[in-house]
Amino acid sequence: MALRQCAIYGKGGIGKSTTTQNLVSALAELGNKVMIVGCDPKADSTRLILHAKAQTTIMSLAAEAGSVEDLELEDVLKIGYGGIKCVESGGPEPGVGCAGRGVITAINFLEEEGAYDDELDFVFYDVLGDVVCGGFAMPIRENKAQEIYIVCSGEMMAMYAANNIAKGIVKYANSGSVRLAGLICNSRNTAREDELISALAAKIGTTMIHFVPRDNVVQRAEIRRMTVIEYEPTAKQADEYRQLAIKIRDNRNFIIPTPITMDELEELMMEFGILEQEDESVIGKTAAELALA
Amino acid sequence: MAALTREETEALIQEVLEIYPEQAKKDRAKHLAVNDQSLEKSNKCITSNRKSLPGVMTIRGCAYAGSKGVVWGPIKDMIHISHGPVGCGQYSRAGRRNYYVGTTGVNTFGTMNFTSDFTEKDIVFGGDKKLAKIITEIEGLFPLHKGISIQSECPIGLIGDDIEAVAKKGNKEIGKPVVPVRCEGFRGVSQSLGHHIANDAIRDWVLGNRDGDDSFPTTPYDVAVIGDYNIGGDAWASRTLLEEMGLRVVAQWSGDGTLAEIENTPKVKLNLIHCYRSMNYIARHMEEKYKIPWIEYNFFGPTKIAESLRRIASHFDETIQAGAERVIAKYQAEYEAVIAKYKPRLEGKRVMLYIGGLRPRHVIGAYEDLGMEVVGTGYEFGHNDDYDRTIKEMGNATLLYDDVTGYEFEEFVKRVQPDLIGSGIKEKYIFQKMGVPFRQMHSWDYSGPYHGYDGFAIFARDMDMTINNPCWKQVKAPWKTDASSDAVKVAA
Repeated sequence: MALRQCAIYGKGGIGKSTTTQNLVSALAELGNKVMIVGCDPKADSTRLILHAKAQTTIMSLAAEAGSVEDLELEDVLKIGYGGIKCVESGGPEPGVGCAGRGVITAINFLEEEGAYDDELDFVFYDVLGDVVCGGFAMPIRENKAQEIYIVCSGEMMAMYAANNIAKGIVKYANSGSVRLAGLICNSRNTAREDELISALAAKIGTTMIHFVPRDNVVQRAEIRRMTVIEYEPTAKQADEYRQLAIKIRDNRNFIIPTPITMDELEELMMEFGILEQEDESVIGKTAAELALA
Repeated sequence: MAALTREETEALIQEVLEIYPEQAKKDRAKHLAVNDQSLEKSNKCITSNRKSLPGVMTIRGCAYAGSKGVVWGPIKDMIHISHGPVGCGQYSRAGRRNYYVGTTGVNTFGTMNFTSDFTEKDIVFGGDKKLAKIITEIEGLFPLHKGISIQSECPIGLIGDDIEAVAKKGNKEIGKPVVPVRCEGFRGVSQSLGHHIANDAIRDWVLGNRDGDDSFPTTPYDVAVIGDYNIGGDAWASRTLLEEMGLRVVAQWSGDGTLAEIENTPKVKLNLIHCYRSMNYIARHMEEKYKIPWIEYNFFGPTKIAESLRRIASHFDETIQAGAERVIAKYQAEYEAVIAKYKPRLEGKRVMLYIGGLRPRHVIGAYEDLGMEVVGTGYEFGHNDDYDRTIKEMGNATLLYDDVTGYEFEEFVKRVQPDLIGSGIKEKYIFQKMGVPFRQMHSWDYSGPYHGYDGFAIFARDMDMTINNPCWKQVKAPWKTDASSDAVKVAA
């Protein structure tokens, strides 16, 4: 099987890293050879696989060694649960430097050092929530990830973010081979969440590939720096991630998304009762003014 | 070749514009004009200080070049850190020929390159810690330096390093001024914004350092020379004249200048501005804050020198006014001898200029003193106030070209057929290969000084040896007779 490269995007805090690591564990359980590339200066994309606080990152090792050219692949590549290969691009602490450049440097390093070997079945890029600059779009540029999965929930901002990411994908899809492969709904237990995300997916031109219900076992496993697959393989939630893994393994529905306008998105939310019908008469009015009216 | 009439010059501009696509034609048309001395304001005829069009081979530099290369770099007892990757500092090192007196590496640092040499990891993790370390190391290795300036290269602005915080900390640590300058190269349309940013940094971080300190003894005749970068010794040739007329030059900005001179400038009686473009900002600031008047002057060629000396003297008492006359008289025999020697060899020669700063208008008088005529001129990065000052200096129906493109400049030269072109290194070899005598008027072609009476003698000699160099007779291949080249044309 040819190597499939997938990138996971989604609003910050939506559960990308947790979902990715559980999904990847399930894929490994199915016998796949997988690598995770963490593209977030927080470097928390591999901790559940490695049982570590945070993996030593490519950029921090490069800073120690002097330059990235001084590193060897084995310095940065760690093997965790299920033989999963783990790398973290790393980057600066918040407020200094350029995290985006860190992602670019790290991915270039992995390519040059031959991290993408023939034995791998999947590479997953776990990318910082917001594509704030070119660096965080690196995983979806030419010859890198071809499948994008967007993690979202039925909350308004998560859907906004999903639609915006779809817009970003269009830009690269038209000039390359990157495609949207589906939405993963990481449930927040909002009303009619599965229907809403399915509807959004349909509008964008894709599907909700799986609805991951909310379960506290995920948190219990996280405290132990483990995925649910490893911590409690018999849990119902573990089966959810296995289903997600199988669906992704068998997924062939790769499309150029058709992101919707802000108005359409708001209409959709109103339809599902997330957003109230807008009352234009109150716009720009202070509380005091409204009290008088 | 006879001078072009107004109609011919206008037609020439139209002809040169013809090759451009519609949008570029419209844009470039605003930057080309026929001089009309009757105009008071240049905005009636020319647009300047706009973004260059891609692909036109502009000759402009960047904001870093304007700050580090022009304004700050020549301050000799400070260390100027080129903050960012190594190239900006290394490939501009000592290129402007700002002469200075001192022991390089001990108490002066003008021709040295200090850089933070950014690599990937500095971009990713930020360069503030490295910068702080450099400041500490500089203090240890070069204890006689008087202060540090941090000249930002492009990445500093992109990654948002807080160089101001590092500068303040560094200042506390070493007890000397540490000045952050936000002159990232991508800012603005040319080096001109870099001059402005550099002026503002001097205003905010240096100029007020000795406010309230009266320990510096002043005289009624204190002046500062502003905007003379001492290229090939220009400021020295100027300073002599000012001192001989009885003035005391307290500061040179910034050629062969020191930090102390800059700090003492608010105590002078009059600011003398040579390069208006790069330093008018600080002169205006001192006028506003310290009530110091400022005047522009021009020390190229005896006519302008005499005019300038008298104008400067008019701001002082009779002793200085008498001094000015004495200086002019003293040098009269000398400059008349220069004119007597070179004018017969240069009379009637026509010059086209394309330079930066003040020179596109300031050197006109010097050429005229030698009987030459400037028939086209333009500024790399001038503003409209520069062109305002140029209209009266140039003859009617001469060419004005702003931010000229490689194509326009070549076409103008082909048609106008000047006897001499004065421009920069990038233009030099193109025109020399076209067989046109050329002088670099940024660096004085490794010669100079050109300011003052001493400079005029060198200027005249250089123009003569360029224009009357026998090599120009050898440019045409001997087998290419006029007849045979006509034959080739017919065959083609």
